[in-house]
Amino acid sequence: MAALTGMQIYKNLPRSNCKECGFPTCMAFAMQVAAKQKALGDCPRITDDAKNSLADASSPPMKLVTIGPEGKQFTFGQETVMFRHEERFHHATGVAVRIRGALTEMQVDELVAAINRADFMRAGEKLAVALCAVEVDGYADPAGRVQRIAQNCRVPLILMGDNPETLCATAQAIPGQRPLLCKATPANVEFLAKLAAGAKCALAIGAGTLEELADATQKAKANCVDDLVLAFSDKNTSETIRQLTIARRAAIKKNFRALGYPALVEVNADSPEAETVLAATFAAKYAGIVVINGHEPWELLPVLTTIQSIYTNPQVPNAVEAKLYAIGSVTENSPVIVTTNFSLTYFSVAGEVERSKIPCYISVVNTEGLGVLNSYAGDKISPEKVLKTLQEQKVAEHVKHRKLIIPGLLPIFKGELEDISEWKEVIIGPESASKIPAFLNSVWK
Amino acid sequence: MQLPDVNEKWTHRINTVTIGATKEQGGTRGKTITVGGQTTLPSLTFEGATPNKPVIAGYVADTPPDWPDTLKNAIGKEINSPAEWARKCVETFGVDMINLSLIGADPSGKNSTPAECARVVESVLKAVDVPLIIRGCNDEEKDNLVLLECSQASRGENCLIGSAKEKNYRTVVAICKADKHKIIAEAPVDINIGKQVNILLQDSGFDLNDVVMFQTTAALGYGLDYVYTILERARTTGIKGDKLMAMPQLCDVGGETWRVKEAVADEDVLPGWGSLQKRGPMWEAACAAAYLQAGADILIMAHPAAIATIKMLIQRLS
Ligand code: B12
Ligand code: SF4
Repeated sequence: MAALTGMQIYKNLPRSNCKECGFPTCMAFAMQVAAKQKALGDCPRITDDAKNSLADASSPPMKLVTIGPEGKQFTFGQETVMFRHEERFHHATGVAVRIRGALTEMQVDELVAAINRADFMRAGEKLAVALCAVEVDGYADPAGRVQRIAQNCRVPLILMGDNPETLCATAQAIPGQRPLLCKATPANVEFLAKLAAGAKCALAIGAGTLEELADATQKAKANCVDDLVLAFSDKNTSETIRQLTIARRAAIKKNFRALGYPALVEVNADSPEAETVLAATFAAKYAGIVVINGHEPWELLPVLTTIQSIYTNPQVPNAVEAKLYAIGSVTENSPVIVTTNFSLTYFSVAGEVERSKIPCYISVVNTEGLGVLNSYAGDKISPEKVLKTLQEQKVAEHVKHRKLIIPGLLPIFKGELEDISEWKEVIIGPESASKIPAFLNSVWK
Repeated sequence: MQLPDVNEKWTHRINTVTIGATKEQGGTRGKTITVGGQTTLPSLTFEGATPNKPVIAGYVADTPPDWPDTLKNAIGKEINSPAEWARKCVETFGVDMINLSLIGADPSGKNSTPAECARVVESVLKAVDVPLIIRGCNDEEKDNLVLLECSQASRGENCLIGSAKEKNYRTVVAICKADKHKIIAEAPVDINIGKQVNILLQDSGFDLNDVVMFQTTAALGYGLDYVYTILERARTTGIKGDKLMAMPQLCDVGGETWRVKEAVADEDVLPGWGSLQKRGPMWEAACAAAYLQAGADILIMAHPAAIATIKMLIQRLS
């Protein structure tokens, strides 16, 4: 929420210094409101216009938009910066898989099943398709199809069509589902805005130029829809990036309300490979939703992982708690593995240990969220520190043996650890976690 | 409705670096490659210029790297001969230039001699007529010897040689000066060290117009966020006027990608993650796509399918 200054508030007050609010001047009152000590409503003389304009000024420069019914919602927007290092990107880009109008009912069912299946665990986070984009033009019973999909699909819907009547009919066929209507044009925005307002849906608007788009969003707003999305069809990728950038700068840096909405990009590619890299490109450059056709894991995963990376918070190290983890039904004979508390590192190792089906203890050293080589280079891990961690976590009480598996990237720890500790058999593991299952299965017999 | 003016006033230009030398220029290359010269961020041509497109350097090594079969098979039997591998990269995969990594020099591996490495450089120069990047095996002591001989073997060809690092730059600087090569300034994902290396190069009399920065590279999902941001910060700093950060940037996408699980492990290992055949090259391509947006100028890439996809993307972005 953008904070208001005393001056901004003062300008909207009656400036009569009538003292009814209990303060000697309007300015004094304004300062109290800015400091959040008083509410605007405490001035009995303030006009509705002034209230609205201040509410506008204090709302975030880019709207937060939610699609879908309670329980399966997708929320995006309210971004605050152009570069992730300036603060962070807040609401991860949603991948929407398109269900083309030309598909048969059976193909639609298969695709919905594929979308429902498409979620992956990566580095401790669930990555999944966020939306289902149903084309509603060009076939016999769009309302029936949309109903069926809304019922079966785990994610909220985008209704995609150029014909406002069909959009209207399909939206009305799924009351309460709150799909995103995609999309209005400057020519039909008023009609669709009324529909969206009635159905409490968000509305995406596309236009030839950003100026026309800005006009159109204001028309939609005048018709009581403020849950808006700027829609771009990617005819020329460089031009689309320019438009996305200008719209976001206008909103964030100039507080230009008419473009202060998140963006949707319909990726336009002639191969799945092209589509995947274009989706990754738009995830980096300002799309809140990317609409693609691809639904195969090999197409989705690279895009979802790119989004995961770009939207991680650069201000906080991604760390797990440094403690002794037990994976599987461990016994006093289970292997003990040492690693660092960088999330990515821990989850890589833990995932592979699970895959090996050999129950293990993982002793996580507090390396302040750094991975193996980084903690070594940054002096956050050493044989002494490993030893201290093992003692603090009382690892020796959990197992009978004194064998320790260390990361393959730290082979030089072996000698010193064996010298200074009771752990007399230090085993150098593979360099990459992906080789842990094979390694454990051959070494831990 | 009138839009507010949102144009940034970038004041400076990224240095233009040309790699390779034609016959007239004292080398034997059929063409040269020029990168840099931007006065704005990627695609933002409404407030500046992007005169040179990013380029792809085909990853070639003197000895076959420890790569999964899907990648080795996609490259073909040529992977066993650096010269043939380079030729295939140029003629079949359509790369703009060649990156030759002399990983066989690694003392803990094949430990080939500097002279052997120099022979490889000569054979690759003969096999292809595109400009060359020459990199060592990441063992600093050995690289000083290897790069010295390789530099001499490619004298006059205006190669891009690396890496010069904070603690190990003197020899590389001396040989690149003597043989008139361009230099790679490498830093370990640390923007301050990145700048420091450039200062050291400048102080030792090396022209910063002959430098390409390498912030090291992370594979997609393995620290890409850090590297992405460092590339982006370096680029914005450069066009804002910091002459010490105004260099074109290099990313070794191929070298990093083919070590990570998602590019190496097939469906039997990662059930539900799709065929490796497709997933591997896609992992490499998506990583490259992200770095293009962060301001990469030279992408070192390995898989022919990933190279084809990124060539298409670069085309669409220009
Ligand atoms: C991202 C990154 C950073 C990030 C930090 C990320 C993090 N949280 O750790 C930042 C930008 C902060 C950073 C900083 C630095 N970095 Co750094 N960084 C990288 C980069 C690009 C990726 C590292 C990474 O995250 N890998 C992914 C994780 C998951 O890998 P991992 O922890 O090794 O875990 C894997 C395996 O080791 C294995 N594994 C883990 N535990 C175990 C346990 C067992 C038993 C087994 C079997 C396996 C296993 O499983 C994992 C998956 O395979 C690498 C270069 C590269 N491409 O690798 C450089 C790199 C690691 N950094 C380097 C350096 C020098 C630094 C700095 C010291 C620079 C400086 N400022 O002086 C600092 C150190 C931090 C500090 N200031 O204290 C060097 C290290 C050189 C060396 N060989 O020692 C590298 C290699 C770059 C280079 N080529 O020079 N870095
Ligand atoms: S009540 Fe309102 S108008 Fe009167 S002094 Fe207070 S702020 Fe000013």
